Amino acid sequence: MPTLLPIDTLLIAASAWLAIGLLGLLAPRNSRFIATTLFPLGALVGMLVGFIALFSLGGSPQTAVLAIGLPDLPFHLRLDNLSAVFAMLVGFVAVGISIYAAGYFRQDEGTAPGLLCFEYHVFLASMLLVLLADDAYAFMVAWESMALSSFFLVTTNHQHAEIRRAGFLYLLIAHVGAIAILLSFGVMTANSGDFTFAGMRAQQLSPFWASVAFLLALAGFGAKAGLVPLHVWLPEAHPAAPSPVSALMSGVMLKTAIYGLLRVSFDLLHTTLWWWGVVALAVGLVTALFGVLYATVQSDMKRLLAYSSIENIGLLAVGTGLALIFHSYRMESLAALALTAVFYHCLAHAGFKSLLFLCTGSVLHATKERSLGKLGGLIHRMPWVAWLALVGVIASAGLPPLSGFVSEWLLLQSFLFSPGLPHSWLNMVVPVAAAVVALVAALAGFAMVKFHGIIFLGQMRDPSLKDAHDAGSWEKAGLVWLALLTLLLGILPSAVILRIDAATRQLLGQGLAERIGEQGWWMLAPISPERASYEPMLFLATIAASVLLGRWLVRRLYHGRMRRTTAWDCGYYFQGPRAQDTAEGFSQPIRRIFEPMFRMERHFPSARDSKPYYTVKVEDHFWHWLYLPTARLLGWVSDLITHIQGGRIAVYLTYSFFTLILLLLVARP
Amino acid sequence: MISISGLIGQLFAIALALVLAPLLAGWVGQCRAWLQSRTAPPLLQSYYMLHKLFHKDVVLAHGASSLFRTAPFVMFGCMVLACAIIPSLSTDLPFAPAADAIALVGVFGLARVFISLAAMDVGTAFGSLGGRREMLIGFLAEPALLMVIFTVAMIANSTSLATIVETLAHSDFAIYPSLAFAGIAFAFVSLAENARVPVDNPATHLELTMIHEAMILEYSGLHLALIEWAASLKLYAYSCLGLALFFPRGIAAGDSFPALLAAIPLLLFKLAIGGFLLALIETINAKLRIFRAPEFLGTAFLLAVLGLLVRLLLEGRA
Repeated sequence: MPTLLPIDTLLIAASAWLAIGLLGLLAPRNSRFIATTLFPLGALVGMLVGFIALFSLGGSPQTAVLAIGLPDLPFHLRLDNLSAVFAMLVGFVAVGISIYAAGYFRQDEGTAPGLLCFEYHVFLASMLLVLLADDAYAFMVAWESMALSSFFLVTTNHQHAEIRRAGFLYLLIAHVGAIAILLSFGVMTANSGDFTFAGMRAQQLSPFWASVAFLLALAGFGAKAGLVPLHVWLPEAHPAAPSPVSALMSGVMLKTAIYGLLRVSFDLLHTTLWWWGVVALAVGLVTALFGVLYATVQSDMKRLLAYSSIENIGLLAVGTGLALIFHSYRMESLAALALTAVFYHCLAHAGFKSLLFLCTGSVLHATKERSLGKLGGLIHRMPWVAWLALVGVIASAGLPPLSGFVSEWLLLQSFLFSPGLPHSWLNMVVPVAAAVVALVAALAGFAMVKFHGIIFLGQMRDPSLKDAHDAGSWEKAGLVWLALLTLLLGILPSAVILRIDAATRQLLGQGLAERIGEQGWWMLAPISPERASYEPMLFLATIAASVLLGRWLVRRLYHGRMRRTTAWDCGYYFQGPRAQDTAEGFSQPIRRIFEPMFRMERHFPSARDSKPYYTVKVEDHFWHWLYLPTARLLGWVSDLITHIQGGRIAVYLTYSFFTLILLLLVARP
Repeated sequence: MISISGLIGQLFAIALALVLAPLLAGWVGQCRAWLQSRTAPPLLQSYYMLHKLFHKDVVLAHGASSLFRTAPFVMFGCMVLACAIIPSLSTDLPFAPAADAIALVGVFGLARVFISLAAMDVGTAFGSLGGRREMLIGFLAEPALLMVIFTVAMIANSTSLATIVETLAHSDFAIYPSLAFAGIAFAFVSLAENARVPVDNPATHLELTMIHEAMILEYSGLHLALIEWAASLKLYAYSCLGLALFFPRGIAAGDSFPALLAAIPLLLFKLAIGGFLLALIETINAKLRIFRAPEFLGTAFLLAVLGLLVRLLLEGRA
């Protein structure tokens, strides 16, 4: 009896997702069946994918060939440790989102539930196939079905023109990226006609062509991930999509782009030049700073999170760049540290950003409101969502003891080693980059306090919020699952790193496992305990013990009397909700300090206005500097072409005639 | 492995921090009063305040949520942890591996996020104003503090505070110009982080100027006592961190009892001098407008980065 290999199980899981999607198509209007049966089934499959990938980590690569598609072009599939880490991410995060989605999608929202269920599961399956693909053909097919299914998911509420516009922008940039990826693969095959990844690995490219392939891959995967300047689709598409879809796109799909970048730059290309790392580092820093600054000034809660995703993608690019720099100088142990930070941040961000997007989904359902200016005080009506969102907020702000801090800590530690680089100006530039990373992390805290404080705390800014209700039990279960992932990633870093170390080892030939394994499971000391260490359990225990002991002692020695009255506020009498900061007011210091970074349109009332009205509109410089000029250029070019295309058949026949003559001249044997 | 004597030393260090912190705050207040020719409050005034506040009933605003009641405890716990891992008497701290210098910045960040959120919780004008300003100061000060720590960590080749102190205090005497830059930057950051003149004024309730006080306006009783205690613990932690990074001589290397005994008076002496200097700075400076604070902290950030570059350029790979 043939044994069932992990890769076979994963393929079965992918087909199971497709089958669930097809079942949804059979009953397109039966939302009850879809919600309470199909989505939970999808979550079960996700759990299977997660655990299979987790247990396959550390094993040897497995391959499979599927004879589907065009004749003589079968799908080559391969499960190695790099794919397994990301497959684990897809599986475990999909569990939370699918459970949540079971309670989220309603009958009256745009696309019929059955179609939505189909698109959703095709999206999941294609992400898994992207990770398993082992030839350019299968990769591009999976990549494109991922882009298309997510496009249809983004345009679920397609009756609104702005959502169609956001979907179009997304599709456009996704395809610009796909072309770059395809060209990159083309360069890597180097005319051999062998489109399998194994064939690409066997090629010895000259440094020039290797650089071309790397830059094309960076541009292509960067477009999917949202690296500046190809980030503009993110803040449009994420608010347009239903929240579980935003969660899936931001938490999981962006990571497939990081996977692709790692696959190309560490696995498929043999040569690594140091300046590749510098390019990735620079682009990452610009992206991270840009993302976090724009996140702080947003007034729409989902746009805020979308910009925060751009920031995190920037940090991932920074880590990748650092790993590439170390790798190019064969300093593999340091590269391993940076690469582990990248893997860890992928996992952490997938958990907490999905959690936060799902929380906005619950708020949206309860209040029908996305604008921060009309929310507030929801912790009283939605305590579950508020406290679970706080978990995501703390992780997203990169604070201990949750998941975001571990990756940030690893990243900063790898920065501290850069003076060992044998390149004089490089080892000066890199610590300055660390300063930018520190600024980004601190600004992320600002953005996250704004997010949580304005939505959940304070007084309700709109009377209708009084009717808000907490999330349903499916939604709660999904949120709790993701919060648990965030917590576990935060307090068990060594255990997680020991598992994902196999992927680091595969790419670099060296990992962190020996040195981390020497310490206890509770301690994270990637080099040695004397050099740097972090024990989240002890950390948490000390805080918890002092809190509990303090509380007990105070109760014991004094009393616990408490009464309620109106707020003091320095004796100020008018305490309406409009006295609080608005979303714009909260970010005013940022707009003032970083004024040149924003394109602002402001209207100030004059001192004598009887009804003073203040507006501020913050826009992205890149629209005006890059996209609108490009669009104008394209329009101009297409106008030129219309001159050639006059509509007269005689002229067209002349064109064909001259083309034929030209071809005969050029293509002479 | 954790030794019994190490554990006792650790608990002693925490207890000492809890006891000394309000005293340090009282001492700074007293020095300030002397320098400004006022009659000083008693040295033990902070303890009387804590005692009084613990006795009072908690008066909560109607709009206060569960987060509002949790935040003071979290802030207090964070500060206790910070005091536990910063070597003040001895470097033999069993809790020290829990968090290195980078994680220490995270501890302060966690406390800040909680207290800012709590400030926004009741939904008053002053609360959200205070929360916003605190986060503003926070995001300006945090990178500067990290860069200071990076400079020191590159000298000691470690981010573990115990190793840093051992390297700096017990190796051969060496002069590091980078430490001068880092020290000035650290002083700037400490003033801002502890809500001191010239960034904030702990003695005012003037709405245009206050930051820390604006956040805690709605707190009373037990919660206020915890916050005040935590604030004084924060001052103590920053003082000890400054002493550990820049004046580490005298901090005992092991858990030997005589060395520990010798370290106590030395610590008290250093803290007294530091407290006096703080009062002096607060007396001879005027409070800055809130929008001058970015310039002030930007200078600190620049100095810290300069320190790092000096370390890399001039001091080579020593």
